[in-house]
Amino acid sequence: LVFTEEDKYGLYSNLLFKYFLAEGIVCGHDLFVASAKEHPDNILKELPAPLLDDTYRKELGDEAAVVNSEDFQDSMKIAWRYQNLPKMEASPTTYTKFGHYYDVSKKMPPELCQSVKWHSFYLHEELSFEPKMKAWNMNSGYARLLQSIQRIISQEGFDGSDPQKKQRNVLRIGIQSLGSVLWGDDVCCSETPEDPHSLTKFLYVLRGLLRKSLSACIITVPSHLIQNKAIMERVTNLSDMVVGLESFIGSERETNPLYKDYHGLVHVHQIPRLNSLICDVSDTKDLAFRLKRKLFTIERLHLPPDLSDTVSRASKQDLAASAKLLSSGCGAVAMGKRHLDF
Amino acid sequence: QGKFTLLRDTRTDGSFLVHHFLSFYLRAGCKVCFVALLQSFSHYSIVAQKLGVNLAAAKEQGQLVFLEGLKSCLDILFGEEEQPGQPSPLQFLSGSSGELRALFDFVRVSLTPCAQDSWKGPVLLVDDLSVLLSLGAAPVAVLDFIHYCRVCVCCQLQGNVVVLVHSSEDSEDEENELVVNSLCHHSDLILWAEGLATGFCKDVHGQIKIIKRLSLRQAAEQDQVQIYQYKIQDRNVTFFARGLSAAVL
Repeated sequence: LVFTEEDKYGLYSNLLFKYFLAEGIVCGHDLFVASAKEHPDNILKELPAPLLDDTYRKELGDEAAVVNSEDFQDSMKIAWRYQNLPKMEASPTTYTKFGHYYDVSKKMPPELCQSVKWHSFYLHEELSFEPKMKAWNMNSGYARLLQSIQRIISQEGFDGSDPQKKQRNVLRIGIQSLGSVLWGDDVCCSETPEDPHSLTKFLYVLRGLLRKSLSACIITVPSHLIQNKAIMERVTNLSDMVVGLESFIGSERETNPLYKDYHGLVHVHQIPRLNSLICDVSDTKDLAFRLKRKLFTIERLHLPPDLSDTVSRASKQDLAASAKLLSSGCGAVAMGKRHLDF
Repeated sequence: QGKFTLLRDTRTDGSFLVHHFLSFYLRAGCKVCFVALLQSFSHYSIVAQKLGVNLAAAKEQGQLVFLEGLKSCLDILFGEEEQPGQPSPLQFLSGSSGELRALFDFVRVSLTPCAQDSWKGPVLLVDDLSVLLSLGAAPVAVLDFIHYCRVCVCCQLQGNVVVLVHSSEDSEDEENELVVNSLCHHSDLILWAEGLATGFCKDVHGQIKIIKRLSLRQAAEQDQVQIYQYKIQDRNVTFFARGLSAAVL
């Protein structure tokens, strides 16, 4: 269960959402899209087109070739100790078999969309709550969504209930802007919502459904609007993976020279620890994203070299202060006070 | 015997302690009732296998009574009408009362020894209690549930209770903090996993504080506190004294 905290204007989290769905189409998985904001048909029309292996590799190959030819024989003279360290790769240059890349400027061709089976749930179009269900004690919008998901899972056999179905497939579920006012939940409006347990109950039941079937789910939530932080803590506890996107639009970080190459930060709050005692913690925790004309990339945040002639004290302190504010770790590995991270 | 152990974690995942206690008690031959609210059976089973214990076999022999919270919840909400004589342990989800009586009855029935049982003392293991609050149970109901379990398991049946909770000093979840603080006062032993004061480190995953609450049983005694650091590996967790991690020596 991947829980994504939306950035303020929802631009980048929407992009991540679409990537998830597009990956599903390319891999041949079935899709389930739920939203209260946009009609799922429209969402599906706007998925990014997958980059065919050859063109992407060629593009990257060009860039890499230029870089390589320049510093081919350069051995370091001053910082020679660093020579032995592996070259830090800011973005993946070698083509890996896992996952696909997408071109954001092009839309996915409709025949590719049609090649997989997809189900949609648009809150405002759904029929009224089926009366025969028992009292659920939950926001009716969430309850309807859960019923819908459960129905698809059992009908299409994602939970292994149909032994005759030979080919098992994965269901990718995407739920957009959960918890927003459009779903009928006032958790984003007030600090003491009417039913504070709706969202957490929904997540618990969803988690149960996911564990029982071959499915994966991404949820985006406008968490910056949720004022009751206790709910956010509980929600983090109930999700497998929690990622937050913070975009620089409109914040003072936009003009901060530390971040001039990037459009926002990626905070990884929690990574899944399933079926094992340990989890896969990466070396770096400072990730930033940027949206180039064609690609949306997530890279390690590295400080630009300090090459200015007039280095004033004030700006240096500013940089240092912003560097300290970078994410100090995710919940799976213990976080302490943030003095030294090594 | 008859001890209440509280597992507490702050900004980290203390579930490795749960896996440890589960395999520890099963290997010791105790009858275990495991209320697993957060993960599926297969998750625990796979980790237990790495630790050398077979959960499926234990379940079949009757040594382990496993309540899979996620599955029970789905059965209540999506299943057919339940039989009148057997209320589901997580019944509070569909009713309007936030009482956990059905859950307690389930625990009591599973740990009360029957004639052909030859297991050593009963053990109740809960992972994790904070989820009950997320599902709509009131904090008082949760505390009542734990109290009833203590009376039944620790006092009447001379067994042990081990409970995992999450907490943090600057947490805004007041209900959770209330429950955790109250439980701390009533525990015999507290194992508190938290992050290092200096931040994230690759070789030392955190520190664990072991608090033996001697003051609970005897008025004049002081609590004993020991602090170790730990690193979690695939099949094992290594503990060492502060500052003596293998990476440093």
